[in-house]
Amino acid sequence: MDCVVELEKHTTVDSLHSPSSLRINRVKEHRKSFSSWQVASPRRRSASIRLVARHPDVYEPCDDSFALVDALLADKVNLLEQRPSLCLEVGCGSGYVITSLALILGDVGNAQFLATDISQTAAQVTRETLSAHGLQADVVVTDLVHGLEKRLAGSVDVLVFNPPYVPTPEHEVGAAGITATWAGGERGRVVIDRMLTMVDNLLSTRGWFYMVTLTANNPSEICQIMKKKGFASRIVIQRYTEEENLHVLKFWREDLTFDYDYNSETGGGGATPQSSFSSKMSRFAFWK
Amino acid sequence: MRLLTHNMLACNIKGVTKGFPLAIEVTKLETKESEMNPDFLRHIYPKLDWKALHDAAHTLGLNDIPEQVEPAMLEDEDFLQKFHHALLEVHLEEGALICPETNRRFPVTKGVPNMLLNEDEV
Repeated sequence: MDCVVELEKHTTVDSLHSPSSLRINRVKEHRKSFSSWQVASPRRRSASIRLVARHPDVYEPCDDSFALVDALLADKVNLLEQRPSLCLEVGCGSGYVITSLALILGDVGNAQFLATDISQTAAQVTRETLSAHGLQADVVVTDLVHGLEKRLAGSVDVLVFNPPYVPTPEHEVGAAGITATWAGGERGRVVIDRMLTMVDNLLSTRGWFYMVTLTANNPSEICQIMKKKGFASRIVIQRYTEEENLHVLKFWREDLTFDYDYNSETGGGGATPQSSFSSKMSRFAFWK
Repeated sequence: MRLLTHNMLACNIKGVTKGFPLAIEVTKLETKESEMNPDFLRHIYPKLDWKALHDAAHTLGLNDIPEQVEPAMLEDEDFLQKFHHALLEVHLEEGALICPETNRRFPVTKGVPNMLLNEDEV
């Protein structure tokens, strides 16, 4: 799998910073390494970093964004097979992820792409990024999915969320400017937990929900919360930097059994049936 | 914002029971041509509230969207072209969406609808 080779190429080790400044400082590192990395991965179908629009108040693509796109790339075979009709990204920021998802699914051609962000500036930046890649998708300024939840109920086939996950004081959640893009309150869970309550309503019967988490968010507990709502889960990608342990989690309705190709974690080597949360408990053990 | 998205949006102010469809106030429209994908249109058709699309299209001056659609029409090239144009090519760049129940106005700026609520509306 070409995507697996890429996983390591932009995993950089950061110097010590506070979590908040960390997310900005890392961007510079990525900028330095990105061009050579991109040349090294000509088959990659994600958004081009050079075409991603920017604004000081909008979170630029960083480790977590790359991990999420890598997870989608790693799951590309399954995504193409699922042939999603409606893909929704919540908190689209720069537009890097929704643009990449649209490019990944470009081959099937029947999907509708929709993105939301609480920031008007981010929504504009996402529009510019989409447009720079010749893509059309609509962007709505709203709090998570407010205003869309009635009409989209049971319709979302692919739901993608890179939340503000950094543990911060509560008052920083939703604060002005760039802070809101990472500030996640206690254990980084304030916005995540609000989103978790909406997934069941939004996802179609075959729908998948991808979310970035940090070890501090207690992903094991998140999976247990979702399990109670009837969702199975697995880790699509784990990425370790000196500062952050990132995981991209994938959730699906447990009453559906899939038997499709899945080889992202091991880096290739044949099909493995999708396994449920219970069989993953040993893997979650190290989080505790 | 395209009418495809308009068809997905509803007002969700606390207490509102029928916040759909939102009325449209047009300040500026833009037409951006895009390639028609008949499969996409056939696929999306059952998910649309056709009356909402019809009414919205008429507000935008697209009067050739019929009030009712027969399944056979989804094979008709001429109809699909009009459907494609109304749903995906005409963009509301500036204007507003208005809640049918409360008349709350949601602005559309640079093609992006702003559905954020005030604290007392949540």
